[in-house]
Amino acid sequence: MENDAHIVVDNLTMAYGDFVLQRDLTFAVRRGEIFVIMGGSGCGKSTLLKHLIGLRRPARGTISFNGRDYWQAEERDRERITRTFGVLYQGGALWSSLTLAENVALPLEEYTELTAPRIRKLAALKLALVGLKGFEDYYPAQISGGMAKRAGLARAMALDPEILFFDEPSAGLDPISSRLLDDLLLQLRDSLGATIVVVTHELASIFAIADNAVFLDAAAKTMIALGNPKTLLAEATNPVVRNFLTRGGSMPPGGPTPPSGAGDGKHHKTI
Amino acid sequence: MLRFSRPEAETLVIALQGNWRERWDYPSLAAFRRQLEESPPPRRVVFDCSGLTGWNSVLIAFLMDIIDCGQRQGIAVEREGLPPGMAALLRLAHATPERAGARREQARPPALVRLGQAVYDLGQGAAEALSFIGEATAACGRLLRGRARFRRRELLVIIQECGIQALPIVSLISILVGLILAFVGAIQLSMFGAQIYIANLVGIGIFRQMGAVMTGVIMAGRTGAAFAAQLGTMQTTEEIDALKTLGIPPMDCLVLPRMIALFLMMPLLCLYADFMGVLGGFIVGVAMLDLNFLEYYHQTVGAIRLNDLWVGLFMSAVFGVLIAAIGCLRGLQCERSAAAVGKATTSAVVTAIVAIVVVTAAITVLCNILGI
Repeated sequence: MENDAHIVVDNLTMAYGDFVLQRDLTFAVRRGEIFVIMGGSGCGKSTLLKHLIGLRRPARGTISFNGRDYWQAEERDRERITRTFGVLYQGGALWSSLTLAENVALPLEEYTELTAPRIRKLAALKLALVGLKGFEDYYPAQISGGMAKRAGLARAMALDPEILFFDEPSAGLDPISSRLLDDLLLQLRDSLGATIVVVTHELASIFAIADNAVFLDAAAKTMIALGNPKTLLAEATNPVVRNFLTRGGSMPPGGPTPPSGAGDGKHHKTI
Repeated sequence: MLRFSRPEAETLVIALQGNWRERWDYPSLAAFRRQLEESPPPRRVVFDCSGLTGWNSVLIAFLMDIIDCGQRQGIAVEREGLPPGMAALLRLAHATPERAGARREQARPPALVRLGQAVYDLGQGAAEALSFIGEATAACGRLLRGRARFRRRELLVIIQECGIQALPIVSLISILVGLILAFVGAIQLSMFGAQIYIANLVGIGIFRQMGAVMTGVIMAGRTGAAFAAQLGTMQTTEEIDALKTLGIPPMDCLVLPRMIALFLMMPLLCLYADFMGVLGGFIVGVAMLDLNFLEYYHQTVGAIRLNDLWVGLFMSAVFGVLIAAIGCLRGLQCERSAAAVGKATTSAVVTAIVAIVVVTAAITVLCNILGI
């Protein structure tokens, strides 16, 4: 069970109308690994995530989960597959008219037969797991951005998903909070055994969490590297990938430590 | 499956078996409590997970209950037997202590406090409205001196949105109101054989009141709500803050063009609605009551005085300013959340319609006193 492919993307082309964003994407995400989708701004990372979670239909190619083609499946099966996803959106995307506990409870109310006090208990447990014990009755507007993100994670975990998707988890967080979120992610992966797909361009975070990664390039309109980021850093010959992973040469190729806090992932020239 | 056994006198073994992965029913704590009450009472609880093939967070929550329950009774609950993932999650759930002061007091404040708060909020709201009116007046002053800063293009776009694009709905509603007035009148007037006076009823009613009021209600729902939603969303996305930090007062570049646009367009829409309303009455009169075409026309022209038209147009201009001002005010007062935008929009429509009715009453009384 350790090394089988959980998500398989085969020959995927993403397009908005006639405008092709990325083509010929082929990769597999193994069960229980943390897979990072990286690349510069505007290369289609978030769009790829939208394709993976079924919000957008591929222009060509297939995406399969556990060997089942998502878009070939019937509506009901598709819904069942989607229910095994948990998604953390960029800003948390908490429903602002509900408290944190109600936010986490909504999917449980929808899909389980549990009674209200037990749902409440489960919601409190999920919030405790992300370090928000005691904040059950707060509204999203009353908490900070980092807390909103963690609450979003609690909601994503509500139904014990098999796959967790993260859209830029560290965007807008200070380096310490972003590091804590990375640690939390690793802990959750180890204990839940979930497959985790992360879209990010935060170098520190990429090196800290990724088992495997795909690099999308806006100019080439396709993926130009696939593999463990540390290996890529040591071995990649493509100048674009090297440039990205070393922050435009400002970081020694020997390794990313110490973590450089908030890299914004753009192709900076050396200052 | 959950099984209890007592291999030793002081040890309670809880065996977790089977696949809990797909189970979303919550086991009851009662069985565990019964076990604790048996004699001799157990001193420690251990888990046997050799038969456990899958688990989810319901099981974690249940285990937390068992641990809490055991701790209260002074019984050691040993977690060694749990799979490493579950033990790690339990550790994580207990890891972060509750932040001091995080938990809220849920108690409702006493009635007197709530009453005081309501009165205070009312005062606050009135003060905000007053300061808005003041700022808007100042902005109008700047406009007259040619110093107001807004983009001409934006004004034209708003004029298009709240002028021409409102014509279809205004036509529909006005014609229907004309029809309704004529029908209601026809039943009463035909008893006296005075059907021809339907022309007077519809003409005066529409020109003096209904044209302006119906246009006002339509525009409050259509455009006032749009203003509130637009400005409210701009508030949540910090676009209004961006304007302020650039030194551009939102009053000038957002509120002023909207007020000007509605102030200019409402009388035109009202005039259009007047003719559409009379057309509605005309349809009923000629097609259903067999009144003569020319007779109806002359009766209408003879009934309506120029003053009726002016009163209607004046009211509609006032409504235009009111609707725009209320929509913008509610939008600018909006808090930063999706729910608040909805609240602002609702409040804009409700306030505007109340204002329209109140102003109509006031102007009607005033006209009566002045003999217009």
